Amino acid sequence: MSGSTGQKLGGETAQAVVDTAAPSTEVASKSPMQLAAGRLRKDKLTLVSLVVVLLFVLAAITAPLAVHFGWIDPLKSALNLTDEFGRPKDKWGGMSMDHPLGIEPGTGRDTMARLWSGVAFSLFIALSATMIAMVLGVVLGIVSGAAGGWIDAIIGRVIDLTLAFPLTLMLLALASTGLIMVEKYLHTPKGNPTAAVYVIVVLGLFGWTGIARIVRGQVLSLREREFVHASTMMGASKFRLYFREILPNLWAPILVTFTLMMPAFVSAEAALAYLGVGVNAPTPTLGNILNESISYADVVPTFFFIPGFTIAAIVVSFNLLGDGIRDALDPKGHQ
Amino acid sequence: MAEPHESQTEPAADNTVPAGDVAAGPSLEELLKQSNKPAKFDPDAPSILTVDNLEMYFPVRSTGVIRRKIGDVKAVDGISLSIPRGGSVGLVGESGCGKSTAGRAITRLYKPTGGSVKFGDRDLVQLSNRELKPLRRDVQMIFQDPYSSLNPRHSVGAIIGAPLRIHNMVPKNQTLKRVQELLEVVGLNPEHYNRYPNEFSGGQRQRIGIARSLALQPKLIVADEPVSALDVSIQAQVINLLQDLQKEFDIAFLFIAHDLAVVRHFCPQIAVMYLGKIVEIADRETLYSRPNHPYTQALLSAAPDVKQAAIGGRRERIRLTGEVPSPINPPSGCRFRTRCPLAREICAKVEPPLMQIGPHHKVACHFAGELGNQPHDPVTARMLGVDNSGNPDPGATPTQIEDSPEFSDVWFDLKERRTVKP
Ligand SMILES: Nc1ncnc2c1ncn2[C@@H]1O[C@H](COP(=O)(O)OP(=O)(O)OP(=O)(O)O)[C@@H](O)[C@H]1O
Ligand code: SF4
Ligand SMILES: [Mg+2]
Repeated sequence: MSGSTGQKLGGETAQAVVDTAAPSTEVASKSPMQLAAGRLRKDKLTLVSLVVVLLFVLAAITAPLAVHFGWIDPLKSALNLTDEFGRPKDKWGGMSMDHPLGIEPGTGRDTMARLWSGVAFSLFIALSATMIAMVLGVVLGIVSGAAGGWIDAIIGRVIDLTLAFPLTLMLLALASTGLIMVEKYLHTPKGNPTAAVYVIVVLGLFGWTGIARIVRGQVLSLREREFVHASTMMGASKFRLYFREILPNLWAPILVTFTLMMPAFVSAEAALAYLGVGVNAPTPTLGNILNESISYADVVPTFFFIPGFTIAAIVVSFNLLGDGIRDALDPKGHQ
Repeated sequence: MAEPHESQTEPAADNTVPAGDVAAGPSLEELLKQSNKPAKFDPDAPSILTVDNLEMYFPVRSTGVIRRKIGDVKAVDGISLSIPRGGSVGLVGESGCGKSTAGRAITRLYKPTGGSVKFGDRDLVQLSNRELKPLRRDVQMIFQDPYSSLNPRHSVGAIIGAPLRIHNMVPKNQTLKRVQELLEVVGLNPEHYNRYPNEFSGGQRQRIGIARSLALQPKLIVADEPVSALDVSIQAQVINLLQDLQKEFDIAFLFIAHDLAVVRHFCPQIAVMYLGKIVEIADRETLYSRPNHPYTQALLSAAPDVKQAAIGGRRERIRLTGEVPSPINPPSGCRFRTRCPLAREICAKVEPPLMQIGPHHKVACHFAGELGNQPHDPVTARMLGVDNSGNPDPGATPTQIEDSPEFSDVWFDLKERRTVKP
């Protein structure tokens, strides 16, 4: 600001000062979020990953409709398409006009139908677990930072314990007990619904620590910012302080953590499926499709690559999007 | 202040700052001199806020699980002052001496650990947050950092409107109108209410913060270094704005600053703080022309313009060596002794009391005196009942020295070494 006007109060001169000093009087008002969106728009890689992510989300949303209207049927087997060893009779894993991605060895189920529904189930599981983890993490993080003292100390110890927990091991060891408990207390139907809820709850209960720590740290530093003091000075309530003044400043880490947690849970679901925990066939998830495909890696390589590639695409696109959002929200934080 | 105020528009004085050459431009002193007629000190003005022996200690805790209290940061250690209705008092001191903490304790952002802050007939220190809420309208604060004092996620309208909504100052549908009035009062374009803080310069942001503090029509504003973060040319504009607002709305100010140049044009009465204590307090003319504390003298000699004005530009700058000691473990006796050019034995042993040495002048130093004219033996020894090197003197009878927020009409005359009553 050059500040070349030694002005006093009042309409006209004030106007003059504003005009010389504001970046531009023409542009419409831009919130920090809008500015971030503007930066995002210039970032090609992030835009591409955004498109890929949106395609996956679209696929997930349309899958139930496609099944409902009978366009795809992920459960229908077609044993006539496989030979006596269960291998697809046709070349390229049974790819044809009817089965663009081939068929599943052994059962002859349509790979595209299974993959499409699998994306939906996997993203649903990941999203549900992410929501649980985010809500838990944000609330506990704010409480921890806001309350301080022994509440903060207890939450801190719980986070340490959770992080020290051998999660996968416990999941395997406790799977049977866990499934029974889910069934008993949440009244889920036996079988796959219970398994899905078990995976969601466990991922959610163990996934909140990272965001809780981030939020707590942010709350502690934001609390010392003068705009929070100003709000106290105005006589604002504690609620207003934490939810109107501080929370809006947490959207950046929340959004970034969200986009990074989704792919982490998609691969977690796959890893658990490989270990035999979670939703089982015939209900398709990316995890159990991949698990199935591994035994055919040498005989039907197309079938092996398709689910693996899909999971990789989801993980990479979500991660790139998360990184891109982080950079757009915090342009000074990277080079 | 229901109406947007009108003031005569002065022609933009473009010649005051050569464009693009801020560094070599005129100093704050010169800029202010042109536009500013500082108010006179009125010793009889009724007090609006009386701070008595205010203490703000922060506990220092050990690390680890138990976190025992192992000491105190004595950020503010017994300060007393009185702010007259519609007047202004300056509070000056180096970084880290506890100015912000004092301001925040007075406005009850912190709960003071001792002393009282009387506003009207109520002691703010004793009030709970709920009881404080209605009083928040009367006492407001302007913050030091224009970048962190505005929530980056809220529009200017939301920022200035928040106090209006919290206190139901105006009917809901009038909030926007009132926000625009306030923007106009502080010299911003009222149409910019829907912009976000990142679209404004530092000076403009500070104006937004000022508008927010005016929204509740306070009687007292604590301004915590409101211009320290700004360019010199902008500093003058903001100080002028504050001065106009003060006259217009009859607001009292506690104006915190880290150098004596800024408050010179704003405050008829100035207190100098060092490490949590007031070391000298006086009306402006006395403090700038006849400072009696070595610390004030050093501060004055460091402010080039003021030096010129106060002591004719003849004196060399007094360099303060060393750092401000930690308020966790302040030096014994006089807290300034580790950096004081005059320090002697007594200074380490006995703490100098803040004694009144003139009609509107108090100072806390054993060797209080004008620069180059300091006494050879401690002026305080007799009243403290010690000998000249600070050891207790069995023959002497110490006099009770009390530090009240107000000035008394008897004081200790340094030359005659006795209490005088004009
Ligand atoms: N919440 C706190 N807890 C512990 N110590 C504190 C706290 N706030 C301030 N202090 C300490 O109190 C002392 C005075 O700090 P304060 O911010 O009041 O200084 P200041 O005079 O305003 O300095 P500046 O000019 O840098 O703003 C410092 O030593 C600081 O470390
Ligand atoms: S009391 Fe002693 S150390 Fe303190 S300011 Fe006076 S001369 Fe210096
Ligand atoms: Mg400060």
